[in-house]
Amino acid sequence: MTIAKRGDWVQIEKQILPAGERAPQVPGDTQAVPLMMWVKGFLDMETCEVGKEGTIRTVTGRCLSGIITKVLPGYYHNFGEPQPELLTIGLELRKILRGGGDPA
Amino acid sequence: MEILPKDMSYQAVIGRKQEIVKKAVGIDYDEFTYGALAFDYEQMMGKVAYDVDEMIEIQRQTGVGQTPLLEMKNLTALVRKLAPAGKGARIFVKDEAANPSGSFKARRAAISVYHAQKLGFKGVITATSGNFGAAVASQSAMRGINCIVVQELYDSRGIGQPEILEKGRVCEAYGAEVVQLTVGPELFYYFLILLEETGYFNASLYTPFSIAGVETLGYELVQQTRTLLGRDPDAVVITHAGGGNITGTARGLIKAGSQKTQVIGASVDLKGLHMASDHDFNRKSFTTGHTGFGLPFATWPDRSDVPRNAARPLRYLDRYVTVSQGEVFYMTEALATLEGLERGPAGNTSLAAAFSIAQEMDEDQILVVQETEYTGAGKHPNAQLAFARSNGIEIRRGDPGENIPGQNIIIPANPGQIRIKDVDLEKTRRSYLKNAVTLLSEQTISAEDVRFIAEDSRVPYAWVERELAKLNVTIGGK
Repeated sequence: MTIAKRGDWVQIEKQILPAGERAPQVPGDTQAVPLMMWVKGFLDMETCEVGKEGTIRTVTGRCLSGIITKVLPGYYHNFGEPQPELLTIGLELRKILRGGGDPA
Repeated sequence: MEILPKDMSYQAVIGRKQEIVKKAVGIDYDEFTYGALAFDYEQMMGKVAYDVDEMIEIQRQTGVGQTPLLEMKNLTALVRKLAPAGKGARIFVKDEAANPSGSFKARRAAISVYHAQKLGFKGVITATSGNFGAAVASQSAMRGINCIVVQELYDSRGIGQPEILEKGRVCEAYGAEVVQLTVGPELFYYFLILLEETGYFNASLYTPFSIAGVETLGYELVQQTRTLLGRDPDAVVITHAGGGNITGTARGLIKAGSQKTQVIGASVDLKGLHMASDHDFNRKSFTTGHTGFGLPFATWPDRSDVPRNAARPLRYLDRYVTVSQGEVFYMTEALATLEGLERGPAGNTSLAAAFSIAQEMDEDQILVVQETEYTGAGKHPNAQLAFARSNGIEIRRGDPGENIPGQNIIIPANPGQIRIKDVDLEKTRRSYLKNAVTLLSEQTISAEDVRFIAEDSRVPYAWVERELAKLNVTIGGK
């Protein structure tokens, strides 16, 4: 059980529109799921257990409530693995420029 | 007297759109409106926006613009290996990644944030999953006002598009509050709630400020080709999504006196993928610069978050082409390995198109690709292809003509396979007209609205008359 303390940088999750009550123009697969929101800010209460409803103050000073999902939410996107389909393109093009390969 | 709380239901908030937006952009659009459809576009741009010299100064204050124009000598040499004798234009790239937030969007944000501050707004809000968020966040940081960026980022499994995850990170790095949502056009609903709650300025991509901010890009590139080459560019290729890049750049070319330069739009072809579909959301590798925005915004610009969109691409497009996702990834790799510039990928849509178009042009002609964008974690061909693979997309080398968006990504087997596809602009204009007609309350249209449609879609009055007759719409009144 993780407890967030006042001032901790946390993320909240909140449902904005429930499934089935989405905008009329959205396709069926989107209509079947809720519109969810995530916002980060500083915990604005003494303590809150992660997974429970808590209140945050965002960097613009807004006060928001929602389920606390994470303390110190991180960034995990990356540069990915090298892609075999791209790895040889540079070598192929240099060869063509030197007159050694077929450009088309 | 008891003050009733505002109705925050979806229908009620959308119903308050006009009043919320009017307050949040400080523009009374009614002032420019004179028909059922018609409004005075040039009057709006002239009255509300700034002139080029003012904008150059505003942008100079925050280090925006004056980006280098670089010659792609190795790519041009490659083009000439493929082109018939005497063909193969010189390709130049405007390195817009050199702007403070790493893309040309800094130009749009610079003017919007300056204007918001001048009007006394304490903060700005923008609804964007793209580079514009970083641009607004960066400009707001420089001018010391608050910034909220609203992003469409996750599908219902909570899986985020790598490119958008990076854009969210960078907005937070610039001190912005980032509101992240799952897939759906109701982002606009929450955006309106935020505008109402905060009273902040709507730093929309589509206000006159935002569009005029791009004019300096077109203006600058003409000045640079004149200084460097003693002549105007023969063609400029522009990545097209919402239409602001084309509109602003083309207006800048005209303001620089370069009327003969051909304006070519280029988008990634994402035909068949539904932009509001939870399932399709993570089956694409490009979150902007694609036909999913390019065509709807060309055929009806006023679908945007302001009553009158200042981006009107059909007014300026001489030609509109598409390329596939795999072709853009290929060119991104070519740009890095042949020219030593790691940029894009999405911003290289116009470069991929230019590589094909240059082969049709004469050797002594000048072709300018007017943007690059920064590359980062998530915003990178390896990251995006790895992500596509994990979503079941087939990736292989081969003929990009066999590409099916959402099913496969085909990296060309050789550079000769990079081939643009022309979009039939006549058909696009017909779609524009059909969309316009659906807004009429009856099957009659005024002559002034017909004149507006002709001007807005850049066709002769007689063409509109003929097409309206096919739709059984009669022209009546002034």
